[in-house]
Amino acid sequence: MSEALHLHFDVDGENFTSAGEASVQVKKALRQMGCPPEIIRRVSIAMYEGEINMVIHAGGGKADVYMDSRTIRILLADTGPGIADIALAMQEGYSTAPDNIRSLGFGAGMGLPNMKRYTDRMDLQSTVGKGTTITMEIDLPQ
Amino acid sequence: MTVNELATALALTPLCAPEPDRPVTGGYCGDLLSWVMGRAKSGQAWVTIMTNINVAAVAALTDVACVILAEDSKPEESVVEKAKEEGINLFTSPQDSFSLCAGVDRLLRP
Ligand SMILES: Nc1ncnc2c1ncn2[C@@H]1O[C@H](COP(=O)(O)OP(=O)(O)OP(=O)(O)O)[C@@H](O)[C@H]1O
Ligand SMILES: [Mg+2]
Repeated sequence: MSEALHLHFDVDGENFTSAGEASVQVKKALRQMGCPPEIIRRVSIAMYEGEINMVIHAGGGKADVYMDSRTIRILLADTGPGIADIALAMQEGYSTAPDNIRSLGFGAGMGLPNMKRYTDRMDLQSTVGKGTTITMEIDLPQ
Repeated sequence: MTVNELATALALTPLCAPEPDRPVTGGYCGDLLSWVMGRAKSGQAWVTIMTNINVAAVAALTDVACVILAEDSKPEESVVEKAKEEGINLFTSPQDSFSLCAGVDRLLRP
């Protein structure tokens, strides 16, 4: 299958003010390609949550977005602390976000659940002390 | 009702209004960003007391019609710049979130 689009981002773990930048870029690119608005919304929200998580919980990471005629695939990889109990982390309301991050409006424990809800498939692999890799796929209307 | 009409009716102070003619289809209130991210819908007026830069990102990604900062919350200039860039209508008001939401509801109710 031919790849219509590949975008790569290094997500800076130090710079909180630029957090979300990659998702906004993806949104723009998809809009330019004439993607349906609801698909754009789902992709960019899922990606934003993942991007913010890498900034807050993992000190940054890498994000790749691939698109072909059928699917948009988002790959997020970090070398942060990892997640010990994935099932717990996936629950709505579970958060380890520190107070300074909470004061910015994060820490509802809704990021991972949103990522699952807004994508057709989500796979989360994590090893404590090594890092976390997340793959999300959204199918395009055929 | 357009964003501009809503702003006039509620006496909102514009911080930037690059798309004043956008229709407002409803409202959403919340300060927990990923909660808003999961629940707010395109075209709604989002009422919040949060003012940091991530508000601009959340507004852009959820595609809300406008953001109304309650209780005179004042964002930094960089947030207003970002909102301009992203085509986000951003207002502030001395009213609290409850009063603003009640106002939005009153105006939108048929
Ligand atoms: N990339 C990551 N690396 C390490 N831990 C993570 C990562 N992503 C999520 N977590 C852990 O999973 C928890 C739940 O994540 P989730 O995104 O659902 O909520 P949150 O980030 O704490 O708050 P919110 O997303 O609502 O602002 C986090 O608090 C954190 O402990
Ligand atoms: Mg999160």
